This record gives sequence, structure tokens and C-alpha cells, in this order.
Amino acid sequence: MSSRRIVALVAAREVRTRLRSRAFRITSAVLVAALVALIVVLDLTSGGSSAQTVGLTRPVAGLAEPLRDKAQAGGTEVRTRLVPNAALGERQVRDGDLDALVTGRPQDLRIVVKDDLGDSLRGMLTALAQQEALDRRIAALGGDPAEVTREVAGVRLDVAVLEPPPPHHDERLVIGMLVGILIYLALLTLGQLVAQGVVEEKTSRVVELLLSTIRAWQLMAGKVLGIGLVGLAQVALLLGTGVAAGLATGQLTLPASIAAGTLAWAIVWYLLGFFLYALLFAAAGALVSRQEDVGGVTMPLMLLIIAPYVIGISALPGDPDNAFVAWLSLIPPFAPMLMPMREAMGVVEPWELAVSVTATVALIAVLVRAAGRIYSNAVMRTGARVRLGDALRGA
Amino acid sequence: MTPRRRLEIDHVSKRYGDVVALDDMTFDVAAGELFGFVGSNGAGKTTTMRIAIGVLAADSGAVRWDGRPIDLDVRRRIGYMPEERGLYPRMAVGDQLEYLARLHGLESGDARRAAERWTDRLGIGARRDDEVQKLSLGNQQRVQLAAALIHDPEILILDEPFSGLDPVAVDVMSEVLRERCAAGVPTIFSSHQLDLVERLCDRVGIVRDGAMVACGPVGELRAAGPAQLVVSAPAAPDGWADALAGVTTRGRENGRTILELAAGADDQTVLRAALATGPVHEFARRLPPLAELFRHVVSEETSA
Repeated sequence: MSSRRIVALVAAREVRTRLRSRAFRITSAVLVAALVALIVVLDLTSGGSSAQTVGLTRPVAGLAEPLRDKAQAGGTEVRTRLVPNAALGERQVRDGDLDALVTGRPQDLRIVVKDDLGDSLRGMLTALAQQEALDRRIAALGGDPAEVTREVAGVRLDVAVLEPPPPHHDERLVIGMLVGILIYLALLTLGQLVAQGVVEEKTSRVVELLLSTIRAWQLMAGKVLGIGLVGLAQVALLLGTGVAAGLATGQLTLPASIAAGTLAWAIVWYLLGFFLYALLFAAAGALVSRQEDVGGVTMPLMLLIIAPYVIGISALPGDPDNAFVAWLSLIPPFAPMLMPMREAMGVVEPWELAVSVTATVALIAVLVRAAGRIYSNAVMRTGARVRLGDALRGA
Repeated sequence: MTPRRRLEIDHVSKRYGDVVALDDMTFDVAAGELFGFVGSNGAGKTTTMRIAIGVLAADSGAVRWDGRPIDLDVRRRIGYMPEERGLYPRMAVGDQLEYLARLHGLESGDARRAAERWTDRLGIGARRDDEVQKLSLGNQQRVQLAAALIHDPEILILDEPFSGLDPVAVDVMSEVLRERCAAGVPTIFSSHQLDLVERLCDRVGIVRDGAMVACGPVGELRAAGPAQLVVSAPAAPDGWADALAGVTTRGRENGRTILELAAGADDQTVLRAALATGPVHEFARRLPPLAELFRHVVSEETSA
């Protein structure tokens, strides 16, 4: 029987076992729901339906139109409403029907808000008040306020941007974060799953029965492959959900080519990261014989995953071009977490991708041998924890 | 007649640091032969079987089937029951057996039919959809046997297959072993239940300290052991035969005295001594049972 067929049989068992497990189905559903919820919340809190309603009393009703125009020019929306008197308007502010009440006289505006006058509204109203004062002064000096206003409106700044941010800067930042979290979670949980699976076979002693028929490396390869496939399905499901929810809410506005590239790289880095870490987790799991000991033996691996993620998630949003992170992202154990984040943010040079992918693939090739050796030498030894050196030497 | 195929354990040695687990272990089992492997705990039975199946590497020596070293292809056709029972606890009985059958090279349909056949045969057909961990230990043991038999193995290596079985299961197991043997399968099994080994096996090997100390057909081994006398002399006092040269009292069974005769001791002297105590209802010479032989061999170890 060919090795390929044996590995496929082992992998198929892993896939079946995971898909049948309640825990797996529940976590998948929870993750999908959480992602959708996150995108919906993002949608509700940003732009869109954030129109503010401002009430004006009759003496200042003339400001309604300039206020709406100013808002529109600034890319937001302000709705205006005439209120019969200040007392009624104040009650509406208190009830939340109005975001702000503008009352008083044009040259002496009084603003009533419930708790806080937002920056944008404050800016617009200040500008209107200043304009009003200016107009009055111009008129007093014998000029034509309307003409001056036209002239002022015609002034344009010539801005030369030396380092323009990539288009869709904010959106790509958010996608980068989400991709980073997704890969981080996937590697952490699937790595644990691999280690626990290996230990389960040791604890239940079924490994001796299996190894009387198949080779240790076939068992390890099948397990890693099977769990990797399940993880791939999960990652693809989440990416798909994210794209669908992003499109449905109108939050995803990236050109299709950029979005597709980001998704493809996310999957590539998930796969590279998974194989890199799954091999290590399998070898680590083989060293111990009880589930209680899995945590201790996999801790260094968890740190290898957690550290770059924490660095990336704290440094990149404020500074996507961070040189230290860029440098870290070239090094294989950290690349699977950092590269997809940076790629999604659009700050990766092609040569950087080439270097990190090559280095990661090379490390995986080395690990296949080393992890296979540790696993084969340690997996039949039950009882005390096998020392790493002994497992490598086969002593 | 063409020579029968043989499973050979040929001068196999294994050390763990300073501890010698196996020291030049040598024996063979012919196709269709049931070979009983006995010895005290830690004598090396499990190590021998693990090396034979290939889950453990020997330091030196070889294991051959039909003249060729056992490779992965042959291993796939061996049925193995490890001493440390092992199955996936959370996998259903039927799925588990099917999976193992497929690892042994059976196609999906054949694997399912084999799982059905063996679970029915071993009386656990009703539990096929239950997780293994929900079964009683005795039933888990039956699943374990089914796992060893699922692929119609060419060779059987069973480590303590009878331990933990109820009498009905022991009968089923014995029947299955005899049937496999009749089909030409060489079978090695270890056991501490010596009466069972004596009843079932064609040949027996007694292991001590990692080496074979006695090996051969049960009858031959018994014939080579010290002869025993069974004497029923109701009026005889305790220790009536102690003074006789070359005679050791081994104990009493149902009011009869069991004596062991050293080589060259005269049974007629014993008979006269027995008659001197009163009536003698029974006076028989018999071969020592396997259990006696075993004790004999093991006591040599402690006196040596």
C-alpha cells in the first residue's frame, strides 16, 4: 500500500473526527457570528447613518442652509429642523431627538447639547458664527459679503504629498488587523489540537497498534494534514464570511484585485504558518504522555506565535511602515503572523515577500526531518516526559 | 511435503542501558502452529513480541517470516494485540475497526463487512455504534481482539489475549485461535494462565531473564521434567515420604500426596513406604503439569 494512501486514510480520520466533534462546530459558529457582529458594529459606528439633527429657533433659522452645505462639503450629513421655541428645543435635546439646539441671535449664538458638542458640529458652527461676524464687519465697511465669500471660497491650497498613504488606507488597516487575528487564532488553536491529538494516541496506547501497521512519519503526516485541512476550511469560511459581510454592509470598498490578493496571501500564510507550527506541535506532543503535560511542553511554541502577533497588532495600526516589524516579518517563525498583516495593509515590497516565503519554506523542509525524527523516537515512549535531546538522538 | 513456512525469532538481543531485556532469544513458530509464550513478569515476552511486530528495534538478531526479514508489507498482514490495550476511546467500535482494517489495506466495503463479521462473531455486534469508552473492559477486550483479526492476518502475535476475559469470552477466543491455526496461521500468544496454554498450544516456550530456557511440544517438555507420583494413602501421616532418597513432597491434592521423583529414584521404594503406613488406594506415575514445570524453571532462576 502506498504511503500516500496511508497518509490520506489517517488524514481522513482526523477530518471526520474534527467535523463530528461538537466543540469544533460550536467554535466555528461562534467565530463566524463574532466576525459578522464585528463588521456590523464597525458599519454602525462609522459614517453612513451618523447624520446629526440640529434644531434651530426662528431667529437663527437662516443658518440652516449654510450649516447643511458646510456639512455636505465636509462629507457628513446634518439635518436641520425648525423648533418653535428654545424651551421646547431643549426638551428635545434632553430626550435625544435633537443632537444640538442652536438658539440666540445670529451674532450671538447659543448652542444647547445634552452632554457633548461633537468636534465636527462644533467646527461647523464656529465657522458659521465667524462668517456671520465677518459678513457684518464687511457690510459695515461698505463691502459686499457675498462677493468676499465667493472670493474666499475660490482660494485653493496647492498641497504636495511626499508620501501619499495607499488608497483605502483605513480600510486596509482594519483588514490587516482582522487577517492577523484570524491567522493568530488559527495557528494557536490548531497547534494545540495537533499536540492534543498526538498525546491522545499516546495516552490511549492506540499508537502501538497503529505503528504495528504504519510508519510513525505516516501517522504524523496524516494527522498534521487532516487537521490542516479542517483549519483551512475554517479559515476560508471566516474569510468568505468577512468578505460577504463587508460587501453586504458596504464596508468593503477595496478594488477586487487588491482584496483578492490579500485573501490569497492570507491563505498562503495560514498554510505556511500551519505546517511550520503543526510539525513543531506534533513533535512537542510526542514528548509527553498525559494531556495535563501538553500545556507545559507547547508553551515555548505558543510564545513564538503570541509574541509577533502582539508586536504586530500594537505597532502596525499606528505605524504600518514600522521598520522593526518589517524586519521581524522576514524571519520564518514570525513571518506567518506579521507578513499577512503587512500585506493586507499594502506596505510589503515584493522582495520582502520572496525572502520570507523562501525562508519559511526552507525552515519547514528542515522541520519535516527534525520533527519527524523527534516524533518517531518519542511517540512510543510512555511515562515520563522524553527529553528533547534524547528524542533527537534516538537514544 | 514442502517445508512449512516459519516465523523465526533468530538470536534477538535488546538492552535498555545496563538492563538486558532480551539475551539471544531464539525460537520459531511454524505455519498452523499455536505457540504459547510463558514466563514471569519482566522476563521478556512483551519485548520479544514488540520486536517481532516491529514497533521496537532489536539491538541485534533478526525476525524472519518464510526466510525473509519482516518488512512493512509483512507487518501489515500480522494481527497484533499489544499488552497495553489501545483503541481510540471516543471513536465508535464499527468506525474504529473499519479504519484499522483500511490501514491494513482492505478496501472500504471489505473493511465494513469485516468489522460487521467480527463484531457479530465476538458478540459485540449490538455495540458497533457505541464509543469504545462506553463499553465494559471485557467488551473493549473483544474489540481489541477484533482489531487483531479484522484483516484476516497471515500471522498472529497476541500479548496476553486472555487477560481480563470472562469464561465465555475465553472460550470464544480459544475457538478463534484454533480456527486461525487450522487455517495455517502461525500464532504466538503469551499468557499466565498455564492450564489454558497447556490445553491450547502445540508448543510452549518458557522465558526467563530474556532468554528461552525451555521450548518444545507440551508433551515433550513435560516428559523431560521430573516425574511425579500421585499416592492416595489415607492413613499416612504428614511427611511420610520425606525420608526417602530422591523424593520431594510437592503437596497434597484432594487427600492425595504429590511426590516428585529425582532422576534414578526408585518408585517401588516409595510404594513400599506407602504400604507401610496402611492401605494404598491409588498409586500413579504422571508427567508434571506445565505449571509445575514453570515453577521448576523459575525456581532454578532464584537458586542460581
